[in-house]
Amino acid sequence: MQYLFYLFAAISVLSALLVVGARNPVNSVISLIVCFLSIAGHYILLNAQFLAMVHIIVYTGAIMVLFLFVIMLLNLNKSTEPSKTLLTRIAAVTAGALFLFTLLGALRQGVHIAAAKEFDGNTGLVKSVGQSLFSDFLLPFEVSSVLFLSAMIGAVMLGRKDRSPREDAPARPEPSERRTKKIPA
Amino acid sequence: MEGMMTAIRVIPLEHYIVLSFILFSIGMAGALFRRNTIIILMCLELMFNSVNLLLAAFSAHHSDPGGQVFVFFIMLVAAAEVTVGLAILVMMKRNVDSVDINQLNRLKW
Repeated sequence: MQYLFYLFAAISVLSALLVVGARNPVNSVISLIVCFLSIAGHYILLNAQFLAMVHIIVYTGAIMVLFLFVIMLLNLNKSTEPSKTLLTRIAAVTAGALFLFTLLGALRQGVHIAAAKEFDGNTGLVKSVGQSLFSDFLLPFEVSSVLFLSAMIGAVMLGRKDRSPREDAPARPEPSERRTKKIPA
Repeated sequence: MEGMMTAIRVIPLEHYIVLSFILFSIGMAGALFRRNTIIILMCLELMFNSVNLLLAAFSAHHSDPGGQVFVFFIMLVAAAEVTVGLAILVMMKRNVDSVDINQLNRLKW
């Protein structure tokens, strides 16, 4: 059983590295989907069945499809990205490695992890998570719907094409002026 | 079912912590490393997921469903964030005709 954990861990780390390293954005999205599926496997190993299902539905079903859709819509599926300079790359990798070593050092120094008082096998099932969600966390659950509504309105407002102003609208600058010019690099 | 319950007990919590640290560091290095905005957004998702995995591991080890409810809320926030972020990306592509993050340097000074 613990070999499954190490298998999923290796898959998730390798595919995460592929996300960062792939030249083509579509390859990055595919690797990220593999990474998310392996994380869903971790959730199943942790007996968090509700989370595993929600993770697969929300992340690999909705969010990654949205990413792929935007990539196809904007015609980004070719590696036209100008690469950063070598110095910046070395600095980025060094920063990530130093951050990792800092976290590992903090873990070695003084994290005291107490075990559970009594083990409950029903923790991650839909019943217990739902009871906790609708009793202790009812207000945040309702407030999150307002968050979703505002995110939806914000996305619609941002994605709207603001060309062709209406006749009766107050005077607005010409669309050609309002559209931002190319910024010199 | 029984096998899954033993898996929680067999694998020590430190292994989950180290795995989450590695995933978070990869995501952070990627956000610094790449210039494509959509890949930076994907690295943000990777960091969200490492934190989610850590919360779920602590929740399972402590037999407390509150942590998994937190993971649920983080997923909600991540979905909203991706919606707005991709809308900003589409607007950026339409206005600047590029998804290079270095084009968005007007707020820097």
